[in-house]
Amino acid sequence: MAIPYNRKTSAINEKTNKVLGVNLDDARISKSYLSVAFIALLLGGLLGLLQGLNRAGVLELPVWLNYYQVLTAHGLLLVVVMSAFLTIGYFYAGLSHTLGGLLPKVRKIAWTGFWMKIFGFVLVVIPILMNEASVMYTFYPPMAAHPLFYFGLVFIVLGVWALSIGAFINVAHWRKNHKGQHLPILAFFATGVFVLLVGATAFVAVEVLFMIIPWTLGWVDTINVMVARTLFWAFGHTAVNIWYLTAVSAWYVIIPKVIGGFRWNDYLTRVVVIALVIMNITGGFHHQIIDPGISLPIKFMHVFMSLAIGFPSLMTAYAMFRVFERTGRRKGGKGALGWFKKLPWGDVRFLAPFIAMAAFIPAGAGGIVQSTNQLDQVVHNTMWVVGHFHLTLGMTVVMTFFGISYWLVPHLSQRVLTPAMNKLGVVQTVIWTIGMIIMSFSMHTAGLFGSPRRTSFTTYGDFSATLGWDPYMAAVGIGATLLLIAVILQVYAVFNMMFFAPKGETEFPIAEVEPGETPTPYMTERWGVWVVVMLVVIAMAYVLPLTDMIVNAPPGSPPFKTW
Amino acid sequence: MHLDEKIWLTLSFGMIMIFMFITGYQTFALEMGPPSHNETIDPQKVSETPPFDQPGIKKIGENEYEVVMTLQIFSFDPMEIEVPAGATVHFTLTSKDVVHGFQVADTNINAMVMPGHIQKITQTFDKPGEYLVLCNEYCGAGHQLMSTTITVK
Repeated sequence: MAIPYNRKTSAINEKTNKVLGVNLDDARISKSYLSVAFIALLLGGLLGLLQGLNRAGVLELPVWLNYYQVLTAHGLLLVVVMSAFLTIGYFYAGLSHTLGGLLPKVRKIAWTGFWMKIFGFVLVVIPILMNEASVMYTFYPPMAAHPLFYFGLVFIVLGVWALSIGAFINVAHWRKNHKGQHLPILAFFATGVFVLLVGATAFVAVEVLFMIIPWTLGWVDTINVMVARTLFWAFGHTAVNIWYLTAVSAWYVIIPKVIGGFRWNDYLTRVVVIALVIMNITGGFHHQIIDPGISLPIKFMHVFMSLAIGFPSLMTAYAMFRVFERTGRRKGGKGALGWFKKLPWGDVRFLAPFIAMAAFIPAGAGGIVQSTNQLDQVVHNTMWVVGHFHLTLGMTVVMTFFGISYWLVPHLSQRVLTPAMNKLGVVQTVIWTIGMIIMSFSMHTAGLFGSPRRTSFTTYGDFSATLGWDPYMAAVGIGATLLLIAVILQVYAVFNMMFFAPKGETEFPIAEVEPGETPTPYMTERWGVWVVVMLVVIAMAYVLPLTDMIVNAPPGSPPFKTW
Repeated sequence: MHLDEKIWLTLSFGMIMIFMFITGYQTFALEMGPPSHNETIDPQKVSETPPFDQPGIKKIGENEYEVVMTLQIFSFDPMEIEVPAGATVHFTLTSKDVVHGFQVADTNINAMVMPGHIQKITQTFDKPGEYLVLCNEYCGAGHQLMSTTITVK
């Protein structure tokens, strides 16, 4: 890639970093991650369109590229590749910017992690393309994919660990040289995210390394299906919440600066991060509310643990609108809602994440509702759930990432966001919003009527018409088409800003705290304590049910290839 | 912290507690808990293990039936069940191979059916008509074909 590269800048220190803008060695790392992320978005979006059109009943997929292959790849590309690469690219840029550059060894670790993840992903993709791994990104045993698929996953996880270790080293180095100071807020978010990444992937690593790989290689004959599934969800739900926490970091730290205001109370912000880190991993269990073999009291405890995550999100909702109101009023907005008009609606760096936040109101409400026992039973494994995570991930997380890209990519590439590109971004945001609203509304509704998820086009012998699913599934196809148009615009914008936009300096927007705010107690910085509390909460949630599943296990299951 | 923030957070906390209270009340007092039967079976010997050696429908009381059913790629056994209107049906389910889902559209029947575990769920069918039974957990190439019906007369 023709990226401007200057070795001398590697010796750059914190002060000159602020003056010159960006450390080019570090920028190369983040740009590589972002490039992979947006290529994954393009491919994943394309596959999403194929699925949408298939479910709408207008496209029959060929045998060599069947619906379940496409769906497996779509899930992996968007939930595992795109989200992870964006998170890492963004936070590594944030660490470099707020901690005075990455350490040389951290840079090496970041590249090692990058290539491990790419290598792992290639290993995963080969069996999917050969139709040897149509097991979805959840790969529930006893469905067994080609062993290569699982080896690929191991390398992806190793890559994530490398990146996390790199981040911890950089943060620890900064703390050693800044004793008694609070970690800069974006690095604080990054620490929380990487702690969660390690915690979440530990579960799936145990599942894949110690259960699935020996079993697919034939070293053991059978597998404990329930344990594997439980370990998966301790990872799976946390993963998506990590992408959400990444988006939240931009809401607290970046958006206030973009709109010309101050950020929310530093202490409360850090409390929200800590709460989300401590309570996150235990939330995964609500994916198993209608599973056999888990007792009702355990399920009830897990409903509580899942709903508890709602609380820091409700704190965030208040904080965000309060920041908007204060900023709008400072700019002269009068009356009850005058401040609302003073916000920079024409600025894509604000508009996209604002819509993302607004989408989290119905998305979060739907999440709370479907985590409760009885309502989960109504919507479990229906299109409702697909609608839910397209609202949470597809709007809340991804649109925030889009908004970030319009300043982060020019910042890293030493280019600028032109007014024309900003306008394109606004158009892109509007198309994406309309597409997602159509699609997720239709999915939620069809799901309430009972239409199942992860099922290729079928009418069940014309039964679907009597149940009223068909028009909604047609609308899903329309939504998917609009979304792909928005994806193409977004990917064009990213690579244009990376390689062709006019040269110049673009700021890394980090908001300051309100003047005169009470200083945050140092307690927030005790990450050792928070990690221990997190482990205690995880133990409370998982030790009992997992022990029960292992001790009272039925005879295991042999591998099946059913596709 | 401002007063309005305290009010907001109190309401947020209260809302979560109300959700918990209703969920708990429904689960434990009204016995509306989600299907959570706790009984295991050797998934490789389902056909030899009672009651699954004889899947089918059995009358067990006044307008009350037990359906013993196995799920396997890509069918239910028995298929095409018929019960009179108002019948209470107790389903006893297990899987012979991979993970399946047991869902009846237009009802609240929705349960995961896993190999090695026996799952139970009960439903009273008041409204006559034909109900669609489908598998809602991806189970392989023919997953979209895995369906049958329950006819309520």
